[in-house]
Amino acid sequence: MVMLIALFAGVIFGLGLIVGGMTNPAKVLAFLDISGDWDPSLAFVMLGAIAIGFFAFKTAAKQSRSLLGLPMQLPASHLIDRKLVIGALLFGVGWGLAGFCPGPAVASILVGGAAVWIFVASMLAGMALHTLAVRRGWL
Amino acid sequence: MSTFTPLQSLIGGLLIGFSTLLLIRWLGQIAGISGIVGQLWSAAASDRAWRFAFVAGLLVAPLLYALFTPLPAMQIATSTPWLIASGLLVGFGTRLGSGCTSGHGVCGLSRLSLRSLVATLTFMLTAMLVVWLVRHVLVAG
Repeated sequence: MVMLIALFAGVIFGLGLIVGGMTNPAKVLAFLDISGDWDPSLAFVMLGAIAIGFFAFKTAAKQSRSLLGLPMQLPASHLIDRKLVIGALLFGVGWGLAGFCPGPAVASILVGGAAVWIFVASMLAGMALHTLAVRRGWL
Repeated sequence: MSTFTPLQSLIGGLLIGFSTLLLIRWLGQIAGISGIVGQLWSAAASDRAWRFAFVAGLLVAPLLYALFTPLPAMQIATSTPWLIASGLLVGFGTRLGSGCTSGHGVCGLSRLSLRSLVATLTFMLTAMLVVWLVRHVLVAG
């Protein structure tokens, strides 16, 4: 059941990204280009997602276990530190350069061709580099 | 030129919201893609299977979509060196900052987390600044 729900949730998430326009980097960049020919569509993706998410998490916060009896893995950290801000800064630079964030990039692997593979391979390398840096105690 | 699509985007957002609802209510997990993907291998064995199932769902979503109607255009104008730089920054940055557009932007804001609000404003404004620099300062200048 866990696997089925996870698979289904992945499909729905992916369909949402496609329908919402997130899988087209040109559209994402047009959303970020506020001083140019701005396309505010993606604000509506956020709006729709949060409209449901708000109630989902409100209910979830009151439970100690999920409907399948699994422990609730809600983030405990409230820390606003250098890692959070620098991480978000680096992500923002990367996002602004190509218009890809992790979800749409992964959802495009089977249909997007070489450019997507290059981006995803680099993203996984960046993630691996972070894991390595943590293990070595560099961060 | 990018067409304003408020209705489709709202529907897409509702689907994403529904997916986060499924994950948190049934599995007790946050729908943060950078976290799910970044911990595919490093997570404990018992915590790994659902991540693979979710990613498999993400991967087949466009194939299912294409069964009914043609996929929307994907326009990528970024050159290979910049794609690599962008990927490295997105991968490293989302792990260092513990989240991306979905984990901080959707789930975090839905939870009214100040930490996620700071992260979301930071990456959003930074990305806007980069696009402005690339499109209106470096090119025009």
